Amino acid sequence: MRFDEVRAGAASIAPMLVGVVPFGLVAGATPAANGFGVWAAVGLSSIVFAGASQLATVDILANGGSGVVAALAACTINLRMLLYSASLAPLLAGEPLRRRLGAAYLLTDQAYAVSITRWTTEGDRPEGRIPFYVSGGLLLWAVWQASTVVGALIGSAVPDDLPLDFAVPLVFLVLLVPAITSRPAAAAALAGGAAAVAAAATGAGPLSVMVGAVAGVIAGATTEAVAEGRRPDPTGPAL
Amino acid sequence: MAILLAGAGTFAMRASFLAAASRLAVVPPFAQRLLRQIPPAALASIVAPALLRPGGDFGLFQPRLAAGLLAALVAWRTRNVGLTLAVGLGALVALQAL
Repeated sequence: MRFDEVRAGAASIAPMLVGVVPFGLVAGATPAANGFGVWAAVGLSSIVFAGASQLATVDILANGGSGVVAALAACTINLRMLLYSASLAPLLAGEPLRRRLGAAYLLTDQAYAVSITRWTTEGDRPEGRIPFYVSGGLLLWAVWQASTVVGALIGSAVPDDLPLDFAVPLVFLVLLVPAITSRPAAAAALAGGAAAVAAAATGAGPLSVMVGAVAGVIAGATTEAVAEGRRPDPTGPAL
Repeated sequence: MAILLAGAGTFAMRASFLAAASRLAVVPPFAQRLLRQIPPAALASIVAPALLRPGGDFGLFQPRLAAGLLAALVAWRTRNVGLTLAVGLGALVALQAL
């Protein structure tokens, strides 16, 4: 076992738990408050394991929507997982299928963000990737399951004047800043952020992350292609 | 039923490229160019609405954007998650109390 990678994975996820616990309490309390019982909360958290889509599923079912509609809404919200999966795939291509499927189950915004950051900007060792990813992913998984059970049993008892939900954008902000390494990356971030805000304004809700991500990818790739096209000699000095 | 369907669909999307990864070991340059943009694009898409549309309304002069910009400065200078969280949450609590 590579304990340094295991420790690093857990340490990277740990600050995210400040925002995950209150969200998990809400994700557990909401199905219970809508009369679906504790087992629905546990089932959603263990089978779907994606907060915003769990809330959307409950919301649609509670308002009389069909199971198929609720499942479609949940999958739409989680479309961004396609991008995360594509982004991580080349980095985990050397692992056996069983491990890649296990990693897929643990894939979340948080696990993706800390892993891609470590594997592209910090000291990366291919043999340490799975220990890092799994320890962080499992820690997040365990805390999510525990907090949804607690939320389902006793309700979400987070005081309103303590804005712990703000911890969620803050930890992603810490990862966003070093990800802006170039002009195309800055374009991707600017376009992505703007498109996500615009999508949210039109009522896209949690789907706005996916809309923003796609817009950002297009903007970043275009900026990169234009910059390369301008360069007369590809072997010459890059400006 | 809804839970099983939602879970199966979500897992399928999570597994999609990861499951096929062994066949994608050599990523063509144009795909690499697209993949490179995912981290800044996705992270900004998570952060921007939380700072610019807190509670569902767009606003520039509100505590969450101010606290977020301060936290971004701390994140940029220190790259310290704990410190960024403390400054960002502290600033938000202080601004809300004003």
